[in-house]
Amino acid sequence: MTGYISIVIFLLLTGLFLWVFSDTSIINYNYASLGQLFTIAPLVFMFLIPAITMSSFSDEKQRGTLELLVTKPLTDWDIVAGKYLAALALAIIALIPTLIYYYSIVQLGSPKGNIDTGAVIGSYIGLIFLAGIFTSAGIFLSSITSNQIVAFILTAFVCFLLFWAFDFLSATPLFFGKMDNFVKGLGIEFHYDNISKGRIDTRDIFYFVSMIGLFLWLTIVSLDKRKW
Amino acid sequence: MSIKVEGLSKIYSTQKAIDNISFEAMEGQITGLVGPNGAGKSTTMKILTASLTADAGEAYICGLNVTDEEMRVKSMIGYLPEHNPLYPTMYVKEFLTFIAKIHKLKNISKRVDEVIEAVGLSKEKHKKISSLSKGYRQRVGIAQAIIHDPKVLILDEPISGLDPNQIQEIRQLILKLKENKTIIFSSHILQEVESICDKIVILNDGLIVADDELSHLHKDHSQAIIIELELLNPMDQKTFLSIESDINFIKSDDNHFVIEVVSGNDIREVIFDKVVADGNKILSMAMQKKNLEKLFKSVTKV
Repeated sequence: MTGYISIVIFLLLTGLFLWVFSDTSIINYNYASLGQLFTIAPLVFMFLIPAITMSSFSDEKQRGTLELLVTKPLTDWDIVAGKYLAALALAIIALIPTLIYYYSIVQLGSPKGNIDTGAVIGSYIGLIFLAGIFTSAGIFLSSITSNQIVAFILTAFVCFLLFWAFDFLSATPLFFGKMDNFVKGLGIEFHYDNISKGRIDTRDIFYFVSMIGLFLWLTIVSLDKRKW
Repeated sequence: MSIKVEGLSKIYSTQKAIDNISFEAMEGQITGLVGPNGAGKSTTMKILTASLTADAGEAYICGLNVTDEEMRVKSMIGYLPEHNPLYPTMYVKEFLTFIAKIHKLKNISKRVDEVIEAVGLSKEKHKKISSLSKGYRQRVGIAQAIIHDPKVLILDEPISGLDPNQIQEIRQLILKLKENKTIIFSSHILQEVESICDKIVILNDGLIVADDELSHLHKDHSQAIIIELELLNPMDQKTFLSIESDINFIKSDDNHFVIEVVSGNDIREVIFDKVVADGNKILSMAMQKKNLEKLFKSVTKV
């Protein structure tokens, strides 16, 4: 149920912002670019993904079914990866219908097909990686509490921090020069912007993969701690 | 073989949930784990199923160390956790198929149908778990514990909250499974434990206070028997004392007696003869068996 609602709300919100609300609408913007989608999607994901992941472990803990899973011949990694991939799949399924927007702009552009496809591909990849990190954070935070609401709030907050906080920090006089770039690089926005330009840099991919790995590893640690 | 616990301890901050306990459960037998609330029964079972880690001691299932060979042990045990956790939004068949897949069973559909039949859930198999009554939910819990035909069954309070009919059905089910398996279950309903267990382990405050074959336990604790008697006409206490001198009168109205025969001799036949010889008639006479409940109370009294 949560899955269906999340997908519908995501598509509704992005649809409204991109095509209806004149402030943000692509049509008003007048340029054949899907860039707006990729500016808005992270914001919507910041609420959508916590909604998807909030119950993943908290629910199991509350029902007691976690004990059932843990006593079955499944490794901790089996359980965590299973939950993670299921949540990520849901986020990606929510994204797929947005390909219609791409098709629409291709058709509406003058001349037809006048759109930077490379950037669009890069942006979708960036968005999937972004969803990947948000989801992994959500799974981890769901595993440290049995209260779904707490999991939701923490996840939304952590996603917010990860996305923006570092860029903001680097702008302060606290950091300068090379340190500036390093701090920026700890945040998602920096790498997301890079990929969105259509450049797939291994450093960015490394960042995304390590962050996802970090959160999933933390989840396994948190599961293990329960036994003691 | 089968289940062996050696010097197991588990401490929660300052409280010892279980303290250096050791016992065994044999194949082909049903072992009952009994004790007051908080005695450590669930903790012991959780350690046996690798859901908790012990602070000291070892647990072995079929010779395998539970900590060292976790995966192998988990595929050999069937566990019904306390409170029988299930997924309410899943359908019965769906849930059991899910569990079957986790165990990597072959012929899943056939096996699921078999197990549904074995626990008597055929009529409910297309229902959502949330719409089942407690008794049926318990059966689903047992079904998931036996679906992979494990050598060892660990059931934590499998009959709690069930009505007498359901208890009877679960009892039959457990008895059917006994052959070739090691079954250990915990319960508060001593009557049940007494009726199907071959061996009983009594826990109190984290310690084992009794551990024996059921038949042995009764012999050790008091040989006295109790006879309850109702007569048509009043009778004198002296009549009893003439049969045996060491008799305690627990209850002694004119024609209603509850007597304790300290020696343990079954004097019912003699009582019958005496009553008849007196011109009196017996309306009812019964010997109260020493039962587990008394033993339980005597070893777990604070």
